[in-house]
Amino acid sequence: MWDVEIRGMASAHAIIAASIFMATIMPAVLVEKFSVYGTHLVWLYSVAGSVAVVNIAVFWLLGISPPTKKNTLSYKLSKLFRSCVYFLLSCLFFHTVVVLYGAPLLESALETFSLAVLLSTFTTLRCLCILGPNVQAWIRVFSRDGAMSVWDTSLQITTGCSVVGAWLGAFPIPLDWDRPWQVWPISCSLGTTIGFLTGLLTAPLWIRWHRKQLTYKLK
Amino acid sequence: MRLSSSVFASFCLLIELLGIALFLRGFFPVPVKSSLSSKSKLSDLPAEPLAGNSPNSTKVPPPLFKRVVIILIDALREDFIFGPNGKRFMPYTRHIVERGSSHSFIAKARPPTVTMPRIKALTTGSIPGFIDVVMNLNSPAVLEDNVIWQAKNSGKRIIFYGDDTWVRLFPKHFMEYDGTTSFFVSDYTEVDNNVTRHLDSTLKRDDWDVLILHYLGLDHIGHISGPHSSLIGPKLLEMDDVIKKIHASLISREAEGTLPNLMVLCSDHGMSETGSHGGSSEPEISTPLILISPLFQRKVGLEQPAMVEQVDLAPTLALALALPISQNSVGRLIPAVFEEASLREQLRFLHMNGHQLSSLLRDSNPNFHKEDGYEQFRMAEKTHGNWMKLYMDGNTSEVLGNMGKKLLKQYLEALQAMSAALSKQLGKYDMYSMIVGMSLILQVLVLLVLAMPEALSRAACVDVPVASAFLSLPFYLLCLLGSSIHVLVCTSAEASCYFCSLPWLLAFTAILFSSALLCSLVAMAARYGEELVQCSTTRTSSDWTLSELDILLLTGTVGHTLSLGASSFVEEEHQTWYFLLNTLCLAVFQDVCRKYFRERRRPGDDEEDDPLLPSIAEEDASQATFSPAAELGVSVGSEKWLALSTPILTLACCRLLRSLNQTGVQWAHLPDLSHWLNSGDHKVVLSLLAALSLLLIFLLVQRRCSLVSKIALALGLLGVYSYRAAVGNVLFPWQHSGRSISKGTGEARFVYIFILGILFTGVKDLLRSQVMSSAVEGRRLKSRGLWEVYSGVVLLVALLFRAHNLPTLACCLLIQTLMAQFIWKKLHYDAAQTTIMHYWFGQAFFYFQGNSNNIATVDISVGFVGLESYVEAPAVFLTAFSTYAGPLLWACHLVCYLSSERDRAALSLGHGSYCFALLRSVPAVFYVVLVTALRYHLFIWSVFSPKLLYEAMHTLVTAAVSLSICAKSAHRKSDLL
Repeated sequence: MWDVEIRGMASAHAIIAASIFMATIMPAVLVEKFSVYGTHLVWLYSVAGSVAVVNIAVFWLLGISPPTKKNTLSYKLSKLFRSCVYFLLSCLFFHTVVVLYGAPLLESALETFSLAVLLSTFTTLRCLCILGPNVQAWIRVFSRDGAMSVWDTSLQITTGCSVVGAWLGAFPIPLDWDRPWQVWPISCSLGTTIGFLTGLLTAPLWIRWHRKQLTYKLK
Repeated sequence: MRLSSSVFASFCLLIELLGIALFLRGFFPVPVKSSLSSKSKLSDLPAEPLAGNSPNSTKVPPPLFKRVVIILIDALREDFIFGPNGKRFMPYTRHIVERGSSHSFIAKARPPTVTMPRIKALTTGSIPGFIDVVMNLNSPAVLEDNVIWQAKNSGKRIIFYGDDTWVRLFPKHFMEYDGTTSFFVSDYTEVDNNVTRHLDSTLKRDDWDVLILHYLGLDHIGHISGPHSSLIGPKLLEMDDVIKKIHASLISREAEGTLPNLMVLCSDHGMSETGSHGGSSEPEISTPLILISPLFQRKVGLEQPAMVEQVDLAPTLALALALPISQNSVGRLIPAVFEEASLREQLRFLHMNGHQLSSLLRDSNPNFHKEDGYEQFRMAEKTHGNWMKLYMDGNTSEVLGNMGKKLLKQYLEALQAMSAALSKQLGKYDMYSMIVGMSLILQVLVLLVLAMPEALSRAACVDVPVASAFLSLPFYLLCLLGSSIHVLVCTSAEASCYFCSLPWLLAFTAILFSSALLCSLVAMAARYGEELVQCSTTRTSSDWTLSELDILLLTGTVGHTLSLGASSFVEEEHQTWYFLLNTLCLAVFQDVCRKYFRERRRPGDDEEDDPLLPSIAEEDASQATFSPAAELGVSVGSEKWLALSTPILTLACCRLLRSLNQTGVQWAHLPDLSHWLNSGDHKVVLSLLAALSLLLIFLLVQRRCSLVSKIALALGLLGVYSYRAAVGNVLFPWQHSGRSISKGTGEARFVYIFILGILFTGVKDLLRSQVMSSAVEGRRLKSRGLWEVYSGVVLLVALLFRAHNLPTLACCLLIQTLMAQFIWKKLHYDAAQTTIMHYWFGQAFFYFQGNSNNIATVDISVGFVGLESYVEAPAVFLTAFSTYAGPLLWACHLVCYLSSERDRAALSLGHGSYCFALLRSVPAVFYVVLVTALRYHLFIWSVFSPKLLYEAMHTLVTAAVSLSICAKSAHRKSDLL
């Protein structure tokens, strides 16, 4: 039972990671003068978009989403609407946090917001896919010892890694090396992506390593 | 010897302070300065020596040259001209060197080989000491005597094109100038075109006497791609063209009957094999110096260029232009330049140079009589007098000529000896003192770290095995070793170090102490080793777990310390602290959320989870009845929301303050709120903001004071506002427009009276609490006394802060109040965690108030608040106080907060002061070691040295706070006895 779940998760993660690489390579073929530094926002949106699509597709196909009590169309629609609102709110939340961390308030607001969108895609969107728009479940998962399944643990790891990656990505900004990747927000979004990829890679490994210690309570 | 934690901490800090002071004394050698503050004048020049008592002439020999063109090519290495590169890329220059009428030398530059000090060396002839540069950061202009000033003073018209460092060093000295900023290292064509484009028109004109050109391109190429890059060749060819153009123009304008012109080709420093500079490697300090003039004899082939010092150019130029030699010059003239002058003139030049050097030697060295050079110069002067007498008598025999030649040699030897004696005192690190200081503070740090388990234990006592160390054999061996090393180092010939010049008794006490410390360290380490072994045998897994907050606090401290190794992170240290502070606030927010949301969910969710938590909740409820939260009239329900909003409010405050004062280096030029507020059009806004901040400060501080202090505080804050209005920063609502701006001395003194009053009341309450019979009453009185002292400090800060900084103070107090009431108490953070948080906040507020790691941001005007004229002691105290206001306020708050804990006040205070000492020691010690390792770094002057001074000053402030804590706990002990 363990192995099946872990293998499923590993393959899901591999697909998501592959989508990030594809999102980096594809525009290079399609868009003229594309480079990760030069046309950073294009790269950022392409990564965010592809990760979003692949995430939704994978989790919809795997059917990991929480069981729904009602199966009516209006309920589903309201859920979808709530998810969108949550996503937007999380973008605003990340934007605020980044501004509090010292990003300029007015100028380059678009760049800051794009970073917030990327962060939300890597964190909130996955939460929405796995847990649904259910704040109580989110609080449970992100409080100590709150994970109840393999997917909860993987969610904890990838979210943590993405946020820490973005955090670490801010460190090279004050250095006076005059490198192209020191422009706001390139180092942070690269840090986020690398952190997310690390999270995707480590989550199955970590769970496999610690499967003896991990005892999930049944829902 | 058993010491309580707070005594132990202040003891460690004091020792560390001594160590740092010793280190600083070795790191910054005392500059050689003439005692006269004025600049040399022509009238001060010595008379020509003449035996007998006939009137001797004080006339200066006429100048040798009419016009001078100085071409300074930044980072021109000597082998770019004298080596194979020169043959390929600088054919014209090479031709002049080999066949033209010129003199070529290799001029040795002194480290640090950085442009600004090197320009100073070239123009003043002195070797600027580190402390000199650091102290002059506020006014970059050269105040010392220098050739440029002398030239301008004697009516020479100077034109300058090139690096704008010159323009900053010599403001208003140039008749015409065009400065190029050297900020953009990647540009190496535009910087030079900027200089060359003026050449044609300038060379045609006749209205100048001195032309100075400073080319930066070569240096930039070196920084980009090193000395072997393909870009070097074209650049050298370009420079060669420039030299050719100037030389041709000078020759064509050479007229019969007038004096010849002089062209000087030199460089400020060389270039290392990687293309950088700043250190003391051979290619970095070897620069070419080529003097070209029709006056000189034509060369007949390439000779090995002679070695001179870079500082020799200043006296040579001064004498050749008939200017007085600048006072602090340690250079000696280059004899080859004066070969064509008559023997009498040559001797006269040498005498003037010797006289200047000997008077400088007399001023800077108390034992100048023992110097060989001085003695030689006296002898030569006497011989010179005799020679002059013969000469005046009309003796023209060969004997006179031979005697003159001999005298010349004698003078040159004397000059060399004096110059060497002078420069030996300069520009050299006193490594022995540095190492002694460093080993002292390293020992203290190890002591602090080893004492950690004991100092943070429930007893808060540290047992330092000093007595056993004094009786052990290794102690005596170490003493012997230390003393012998000391004697050996100090008696070796070349050493001139501060630690050796201390009295022997003091030095041996230091050695004794250091060895005792080392012995007790080893004993302590052995003890812990044993305990650790026992522990590991009895218990396999430790029950010591870290929360996320602990991990953040530890990694933040370690990360910040490590970040000091990069010059950019030192320049932008505020970013590190803001970043850490933000993360801290978010982590605290997570803790708060966890506490309040978990509690709400608990009843339905998991009862058996851990039985500890509900009891804590009960405790909270019971605490709420007499917790400070109740003072504000807050119900328990809304308390949750207040607690939740505290970190968010803190974050918002920090973001606002961050944009109030832009600091650092890279983004310091960006417009910030303080500029906007101070711009004159927004005076009304500034006044309103200041008034609101003062009101907020009053509301936040008055709660815990007695009635008398409350009134005094209110009046004092009103006084602060009227002081600011009198100085003209803010508007009085009823102010008449015609009021003139005064110095506001009266208002400031009015506030000082209230500050002293409040401090007095506070101290009185503290003292009275000692003799109080009832414990509860005594504690209440003591807490009130502490808060009164604290409010006195706040009032002083309010007076000293500029009007636009008053919101910083208000925010500081607001955050302190909210955090103390809703976070630190409610979440049961222990003393260590609270201390670290206070330290971080203090550091961040140091930068919020507009400070940086650059000496230039220290606000010196604070020293004049309430004083009619400059009085040193209060001015220094006030400046230091206002600069470190942020860390001081947070440290004071820490003391007040920790002693307000009911039953464990003494314990928390001990833990707190120990953590404070450790937090200060770790970066300070690391930084001292780092600076020693990086002492030849390119940025050692501009970035690392000022930061070293800041670190030392911060340690001093911390030691003062720690001593006050110590005094308080001593009180407590006497109370217990």
